[in-house]
Amino acid sequence: MNVLWLILLSVGIVFAIFTGNLEAFTKSIFDGAKSAVEISLYLLGIVSVWMGITRVLEDSGLIYRIAHLFKPIICRLFKNIPGDHPSITAITLNVLANLFGLGNAATPLGIKAMQELDALNEDKGTITPEMMTFIVLNTASIQLIPFSVIGILANYGHRNPAAVVLPVLIATAISAMTALLVLAIFRKVFKC
Amino acid sequence: MLKNVEYISLLIIPLFILFTVLYGTFKKVRVYDSFVTGAKEGPAIILNIFPYLVTIFVAIKGFQASGAFDYVKDAFYSLFAFLDIPIEAVSMAIIKPLSGSASTALFTDIVKTTGADSMATQMSAVIMGSAETTFYVLAVYLGAVSIKKTRYLVPVCLVSDFVGIAVAVVVTRWFF
Repeated sequence: MNVLWLILLSVGIVFAIFTGNLEAFTKSIFDGAKSAVEISLYLLGIVSVWMGITRVLEDSGLIYRIAHLFKPIICRLFKNIPGDHPSITAITLNVLANLFGLGNAATPLGIKAMQELDALNEDKGTITPEMMTFIVLNTASIQLIPFSVIGILANYGHRNPAAVVLPVLIATAISAMTALLVLAIFRKVFKC
Repeated sequence: MLKNVEYISLLIIPLFILFTVLYGTFKKVRVYDSFVTGAKEGPAIILNIFPYLVTIFVAIKGFQASGAFDYVKDAFYSLFAFLDIPIEAVSMAIIKPLSGSASTALFTDIVKTTGADSMATQMSAVIMGSAETTFYVLAVYLGAVSIKKTRYLVPVCLVSDFVGIAVAVVVTRWFF
């Protein structure tokens, strides 16, 4: 991340100098900061709501029941999660929210899952293999129906916007599987 | 068919919340107090995430505004010219991992300028639907638990993004 960030920023600045986009560059830096604030405020709302809901799940014990139910599926991908750990529930709910395109629920539940996975982390500050699997699964975007894309297509007079559903589904499924495969290859190479 | 699926996905969250509070009440949980206690964690989490978001957004927005993004796009375009991928889809493929709002804006623009049934639109639609804003996901999830050492996660995500886009291109060709 360090290298990537350095490249993005310094290449940006060098280009801005040579192309005379300096003013736009400086403005964009503060625009970036502004969108970080806006997104954080938006996240503050939805994350707090979902922390409230998941707390009710925890206090009622439902979180362990759901974990027990989905353990057989989830633990195939996440091998080092013990018993009916709450992280299984958080991961399950995040995956379901992703599948149904519920962005407002997927991100907060993903954060919850990361917290639960971090509770199992013995070396805080360093990522665990389970966290990596979870993040890779999320960056691969598993979605059954891309409602936002269909909405835009329909708006601009596409003959059959729903025709995009099947190709997206196939592309998503293949890329999610290859993402997990890529992770597995890296894991073999780095031996953990 | 699609309408039904849309209705079901609208129904999921309300039903889930209803079930959660009813089950909690049945188990003698003071659901109101419980919810408040949980919601209290929200601000601390966001406070953790915020610095990560600022850091990555500054670099991404700067990169876009400097004109470097256009060069990268052109470079990719000429590099993969033999595959005959519309340039609009190339832009889409590069912008999608970086920024969610920018990719939505770009997609709308592509639909408007090339028409709703063009190859560029179809390909961008599949990329749009099957790729994720990788850098945002990384910032939010890693920030939430203050992970500093990410080991080989970032290379894995970048390689997967690249493969994912290649898959989207092939699948679009196959379908349309």
